[in-house]
Amino acid sequence: MGINVGGTELETDEEGYLLNLNDWTRDAAEELAKSESIEMTESHWEVIDFLREYYDEYQIAPAVRVLTKAIGKKLGKEKGNSKYLYELFPYGPAKQACKVAGLPKPTGCI
Amino acid sequence: MTQKKFLYVNRKAPYGTVYALESLEVVLIGAAFEQDVRLLFMDDGVFQLAKGQDTAGIDNKNFSPTYSALGDYEVTKIYVDKQSLEERGMSLDDLQHLVWEDEDDDWAERDSIVLVDRSEIKEIMEENDVVLSF
Repeated sequence: MGINVGGTELETDEEGYLLNLNDWTRDAAEELAKSESIEMTESHWEVIDFLREYYDEYQIAPAVRVLTKAIGKKLGKEKGNSKYLYELFPYGPAKQACKVAGLPKPTGCI
Repeated sequence: MTQKKFLYVNRKAPYGTVYALESLEVVLIGAAFEQDVRLLFMDDGVFQLAKGQDTAGIDNKNFSPTYSALGDYEVTKIYVDKQSLEERGMSLDDLQHLVWEDEDDDWAERDSIVLVDRSEIKEIMEENDVVLSF
């Protein structure tokens, strides 16, 4: 399995998550978003950048409860709720946003 | 229904076996589902919290940065057996500085690690409903 980004084939697992963290680029994110029928906006990027930084620091993708709280703290209370995050990523913020961010699928999370 | 209190006891070195990583993953999943969780590190388990781990030579992922995320998961009590540290020539300074942020106090940082002696460990084990040993 894989996705094509600017002529390069990037390997993914059977659910479409990138196999190699280092393959990720912003173009790859656009492709991954397309596969989830998400149109990337500034608000989407905020969450994606946050997830990349979180993974870089802690080596895990945060659970959705943790993500919600941390987003609220970093980007403001009006964004730190599941309604806002579900509007951006309707099929589960952790699951879809992690895919677009090129992170492994979070364990036991939506 | 009152919430059960869970204590995860970690007694093995971080690498070489899968216990430390498995324990950490179970703790994170439990905490994500709002289980009331605390951790105890003793015996070689104290090495799991050691600062400056480098796994480049053993082809293992260095998962030690993940312990710093425990505060975000509202795991605020991390007990470390004083005697186990001393037996290994270590002190609190050799461990990562783990903190949690108190939402009710303007996100003030608080230390998560509490050094305990054997009699305190006995009490801690008694006051938890479920004790899981890794």
